[in-house]
Amino acid sequence: MKIEKEQDVIPFRNRVKEYAVKIGMSLVNQTKLITAASELVRNMLKYAGGGTALIEVVSDNRNSGIRLLFEDRGPGIKDVDLAMKDGYSTGKSLGLGLPGARRLVNEFDIKSKPGEGTIVSILKWKNG
Amino acid sequence: MDRIPILRMGKFLLVTIQIDLYDRLATNLESDLIQAVNKTEARGVLIDISALSIVDSFMGRILGNIGSMAKIMDAETVVVGMQPAVAITLIELGLELKGVHTALNVEKGMDLLKDRIGEEPEETEDDENSTE
Amino acid sequence: MKQDISRLLQKKKKQLLEDWMNFQLKDAGLREDLMSNEELRTQSDELLDSLLKSLTSTNITDPQSADFEGVNEILAGISISRARQGYSPRETGTFIFSLKDAVLKTLQAELKDDPLALVDATLNMNKLMDSFGITTFETFIKGREEVILRQTDEIAEISTPVIRVWDGILALPIIGTLDSARTQIVMESLLEEIVESGSTIAILDISGVPAVDSLVAQHIIKTVAATRLMGAECIISGIRPEIAQTVVHLGIDLSNIVTKASLASALKYAFTMLKLEVKKSQREKAI
Repeated sequence: MKIEKEQDVIPFRNRVKEYAVKIGMSLVNQTKLITAASELVRNMLKYAGGGTALIEVVSDNRNSGIRLLFEDRGPGIKDVDLAMKDGYSTGKSLGLGLPGARRLVNEFDIKSKPGEGTIVSILKWKNG
Repeated sequence: MDRIPILRMGKFLLVTIQIDLYDRLATNLESDLIQAVNKTEARGVLIDISALSIVDSFMGRILGNIGSMAKIMDAETVVVGMQPAVAITLIELGLELKGVHTALNVEKGMDLLKDRIGEEPEETEDDENSTE
Repeated sequence: MKQDISRLLQKKKKQLLEDWMNFQLKDAGLREDLMSNEELRTQSDELLDSLLKSLTSTNITDPQSADFEGVNEILAGISISRARQGYSPRETGTFIFSLKDAVLKTLQAELKDDPLALVDATLNMNKLMDSFGITTFETFIKGREEVILRQTDEIAEISTPVIRVWDGILALPIIGTLDSARTQIVMESLLEEIVESGSTIAILDISGVPAVDSLVAQHIIKTVAATRLMGAECIISGIRPEIAQTVVHLGIDLSNIVTKASLASALKYAFTMLKLEVKKSQREKAI
């Protein structure tokens, strides 16, 4: 899904929710996943002016979950470790977006190159 | 819809957020509400977020901002009706909504506001809340 | 030569089944209390049937062949149901390994004039049956794991009862260790109950929590914070001396949480918050 303007955020959230409901994710985990997604999409819009988001359902033996992939071609993040710290922000926000999103999901992976863009991948299992 | 309606009830302002907000709508709400507090000299703001399925850091910040801004204009803010899943998520996110009071539902929120302001309720009260 | 084996076994099917049944019945681990002989016979028959049908001269050397999917499926079904019924691994294993005995016995009897073919056939059948044995155990363990998983869920659910002690007051006694998964459940059920009952005070009793370390404390603080976000107050009660000691030694700050030593004092505090009073009945004096 392409995310280019603010109004795209709501349909994207709904889409994520649809998938989460489909695999039977609990309400709390749904909410956590969507909130994390919302943070990341906002970052994408704010710092990179948009990008693409990919939703996929993953499963191993008895657990299933949802993986979201966010890709942008923005300015990238200079110091990823610093960006992951609570309360750090280059913009005027609380600095909770990235670290908060990481706390809300089971797996969090971020790759960024200054000048080339940022790829964030998150995974939330159905249970836990 | 570009704006969230703000209702006036006596000395209080009542906002019910019925849809998921995108950022601009939330920012609009913030400024509208502060304008309204100024214009109506309201002493309390009650924000009902029971229909919100998501409160992320941005929305949390808006709520916090409203609380702090209202505070320096001598009005109390109560956020009511937060969904359990939303509360858990906010905690994990690390947001505590400092500066706003919280209540379970509109009725309890109204009671809280009245308590805080320390005044008798107005006659123009909503029927449901006249159990005082 | 190989062609003979599958056909030969098919011909001898009746005999094979008899032998197999005999081996199974002879075994000391037979659980007649869990399954009647008839049932056992139907199960055995079904499996043998499917095995002999799918067994051909080409796939006899290849236990991974897709032809055996049907056999594996039946076997998996049997193993899982046995795991749920409470069979021991030995009893489940005996089921498939006694078939091996039966097959080998038949082969021996039929091929005794041709030692080379016998060795060849025995080797192949051995491999095949071993592979089935592994399937059996894999599914057996899987079945057991499912049972355990379900029980864990059940325990988690039972172990977090939310009690309405008074109109507007909820109590939640926590017994056992608080890990993050448990906290999640505690939080969820507490918050949901708060909404449902419209309670404004929740008492979290941790007298049944064996130890409080910084992680557990963090979970508790989180729960309290979430309750506050909902617009309810949360009181922690049941702080034993040891817990108070560790909390202070670990430097955990619980100062912005209302803590009480016992559930009774927490309840008293809750009453004060709700402006309720508990009085001794005056009736005796009146009479």
